[in-house]
Amino acid sequence: MRYATGPVLWACMLLSMTAHGAAPASEADALKAGVFNPAREAPDFSVRGSDGAALTLSHYRGKVVVLGFGYTSCPNVCPVTLAVLALARRKLGALGSQVQVIYLTVDPERDSAERLKQYLAAFDPTFVGGTGTTAQMAAVRTSYGVTAEKVGTGSDYAVAHSSFIYLITRDGKLRALMPFGHKAEDYAHDIFMLLN
Amino acid sequence: MRPFHKIPRLGLVTVATLGAIAWAAFAPITFASREETFEIPKGTWARRMAGNKVEILPSRVFLTLGIRDVLLLKNLDDVPQIFGPTLMMPGQSFRLPFEVASSYQFACTAHASGQMTVVVDAQPDTPWRRLVWRTRRITRLVT
Repeated sequence: MRYATGPVLWACMLLSMTAHGAAPASEADALKAGVFNPAREAPDFSVRGSDGAALTLSHYRGKVVVLGFGYTSCPNVCPVTLAVLALARRKLGALGSQVQVIYLTVDPERDSAERLKQYLAAFDPTFVGGTGTTAQMAAVRTSYGVTAEKVGTGSDYAVAHSSFIYLITRDGKLRALMPFGHKAEDYAHDIFMLLN
Repeated sequence: MRPFHKIPRLGLVTVATLGAIAWAAFAPITFASREETFEIPKGTWARRMAGNKVEILPSRVFLTLGIRDVLLLKNLDDVPQIFGPTLMMPGQSFRLPFEVASSYQFACTAHASGQMTVVVDAQPDTPWRRLVWRTRRITRLVT
């Protein structure tokens, strides 16, 4: 039952594309996300992965990468986003194996690799987290135009951060940006289009 | 029958007002494009570096579903710019469609407040909603 929606989703998407005459050429119009034109090379990074090994974007060439920025103590945006991404990946069925979700922390002081691994596994064990030094993570954020600002003092501080999700094509192009609030169906739709 | 020029001025104003209201309520709302476009012109960065205040993107952008519901941002300058919600390379555009009426908050370093709001109104598909939509649009243009 878990994967039963996959083929149905594909059929609906194909039907929808046929009905609207959509083709790869009109991808920009068809995606639910905001689309960059032309797509530029997604900035590569090298940080510490939640599995303890080095994490680079280029390692995932050949897959569609869904890249997000957040932190494990986030009270609202991050849990919702990650739950939506997990559901979207399940909706893609077997195609989900060609998708890699990467979540980079905006709170490297508290988010260790181990903590990220434990946190992300609660949503989907295939999700990969990334952390590093404060300077390393700030440099990655800058390259993507992501903002993050510490709010509050003491150990219970929060981090106000950009909540967009970046969609990166199999050949490493930063193609689209999904604002917060979209449903799993929208992600599945766009990832499906980028996979094809 | 009284000659036309004798009709009281108040009557003419009333007829004109009612006509305008009827038009605002019943005339279909159309735009040539569904895209609301904002561009960073070439030389913007240089002007900013020279100390000039350059405001391109308003802090509040108003869109309407089904009529004008796509935000199109273009960076025509020679350097990367944080424009609206994202970092854009020179010559790059960013096209963001909206499908749900709501108020969307984006972090935007181009604004003093650090925030940009996109207000997406529902499609005005009845005479009353068209009237309200047009009234609101005039109000927003004036204020």
